[in-house]
Amino acid sequence: MDKVQNNKAWFLVLPVLVLVAFSAVIPLMTVVNYSVQDTFGNNVFFWEGLGWFQEVLTSERVHAALGRQLAFSGIILAIQIPLGIAIAICMPKRGFWASVCLVLMALPLLIPWNVVGTIWQILGRTDIGLVGYALDKVGISWNYARNPVHAWVTVVIMDVWHWTSLVALLAYAGLQSIPQAYYQAAKIDQASRWKVFRYIELPKMQGVLLIAILLRFMDSFMIYTEPFVVTGGGPGSATSFLSIDLVKMALGQFDLGPAAAFSIMYFLVILLVSWVFYTVMTNLDKAEGR
Amino acid sequence: MAQITLDNLAHSYLPNPKGEEDYALKQLDHVWGDGEAYALLGASGCGKSTLLNIISGLLVPSRGRILFGDRDVTHQDTVERNIAQVFQFPVVYDTMTVGDNLAFPLRNRGMDAAYVAARVQKIAAMIGMEEVLNRKARGLTADAKQKISLGRGMVREDVNAILFDEPLTVIDPHMKWELRTQLKALHNEFGHTMIYVTHDQTEALTFADKVVVMHDGRVVQLGTPEELFDTPEHTFVGYFIGSPGMNLIEAEVAGNLARCAGHAVRLGGTYKALQGRVQIGVRPEFVQLVSGEEGLPVTIKRVEDVGRHQIVRAEFQGRAINAVQLEGTPIPADANRMIFAPERINVYADDWRVAPLQSVATPQREAV
Repeated sequence: MDKVQNNKAWFLVLPVLVLVAFSAVIPLMTVVNYSVQDTFGNNVFFWEGLGWFQEVLTSERVHAALGRQLAFSGIILAIQIPLGIAIAICMPKRGFWASVCLVLMALPLLIPWNVVGTIWQILGRTDIGLVGYALDKVGISWNYARNPVHAWVTVVIMDVWHWTSLVALLAYAGLQSIPQAYYQAAKIDQASRWKVFRYIELPKMQGVLLIAILLRFMDSFMIYTEPFVVTGGGPGSATSFLSIDLVKMALGQFDLGPAAAFSIMYFLVILLVSWVFYTVMTNLDKAEGR
Repeated sequence: MAQITLDNLAHSYLPNPKGEEDYALKQLDHVWGDGEAYALLGASGCGKSTLLNIISGLLVPSRGRILFGDRDVTHQDTVERNIAQVFQFPVVYDTMTVGDNLAFPLRNRGMDAAYVAARVQKIAAMIGMEEVLNRKARGLTADAKQKISLGRGMVREDVNAILFDEPLTVIDPHMKWELRTQLKALHNEFGHTMIYVTHDQTEALTFADKVVVMHDGRVVQLGTPEELFDTPEHTFVGYFIGSPGMNLIEAEVAGNLARCAGHAVRLGGTYKALQGRVQIGVRPEFVQLVSGEEGLPVTIKRVEDVGRHQIVRAEFQGRAINAVQLEGTPIPADANRMIFAPERINVYADDWRVAPLQSVATPQREAV
């Protein structure tokens, strides 16, 4: 059949262009627009150049928020990845209890973020919350609204509770895909449990674990709703992560210029990290000869 | 190394097997000699993997015992039985080097480093991978990975048996030949008891001293390749082994004469009166095409030239019947009959071979 050259076919791409334009390009360009202008209100804008970017880059407030953000992402990755793997290894591989475990594991993932925040906000209260009350009884006066350490612990535990399941399910899927012959061979080779993990399970889970790390990093790097509900970014700015700080700046103070510059850089950081992960993963696939 | 005794062994995957048909592996009683190479041959689902898993200790049989030498190992696991196994698909530790892969079973047993190094060198030389010992196993071809698996199976000297579960499935055909020859050489050199599961008759017949043919959960014959060829004990062995398989023709047998749809066929021995479904079986190699009045009238459908010989595909009373003619043997243009070498005809009642009351001495097998 001859190839027919018909430029009208380009119209078929139009719907997706319109969709992407409205969902991504126009909002992003609006932000770009804000980031290079300043206003004194009344919709009068004037050119600011890269001024806002310079200001944000040198802002101690943003530096601090970035530091808190990295610390938070680092901590939850350090907890969730090993914990998720451990849970996946302990889960039954088949039968009735495997299904029960899978359903239970999936439950936290199905709960809306603001509800997760509310659950932990209430749990941590000393008057009506189970955890707060219990801690209070054993002599720890729990107060996530006053004590920054308590606030951090609450937010971290909440995130671990909410998202470890995802890591566990991904790791579980990775484990399930290991052919039984590997375990049998390892048994015949008299490999210890640790060696089975180190030389069979971990290498075979590598792919899914990279995805898990990528997802958890990006999600935690953008975390907003849960800490906003529990601590509102406080006490002080102890749990003001990047997005909370950004919203404070954009909507609280209505500093549209710096906030726009801030969010563009935020976006670029996530893009960069995703690109690095993507490259690493495709290289791994190549190394395996797939 | 040890002799393997299968004592009244049977296995069912059901918790409460009722009848015979509930058993994936029907009762069997065998003694497998120390240092011999056995092949378990059969179609998929015939129970050969079940039997292999029972021997390797991955499955505990529902009934019976399994002995290594005098030791009852029925309830011992794979490690206690001290056997090595090579699986259908390559099992290598991707993150280790080829050398570490080979050394793994030895190191886990706390062997002396110098011994491990020497042994790894030896095995590497055997599987032809000395060049890549320091390479990571990840990214090697399936062939190479399976060679590592084979090497790991062979690296320990003190194993009771080495089991192979269709190990050459993923290997290229030309490589198969080479690896099989190597395995055979290794067997001759070290004298391990080897059990090799396969559904490929060529693999089984070239590798093994004794072939165990399985069909429908039962061992239908255990014998040397010659025995399987000359006197298949079951019709399944007849048509499963050989290319093409044995011709089976419904017949009535009386004395030393068989009648196939009214045509008389002389047999090599005399038989007592037989009950059930009676068939005569003759390998295509012992079928001759003639013209005239003698033999079974056949219609020739086509002739396939497969190099060293020709396969004549014909029909007798609507059923396929094949003959193998050596290269250069002319096929008469008016050939319409087939005659069988009488001493090569086996008689089957309900699929099992019936021994003749008296027979002419079995002739030596001629090379075909």
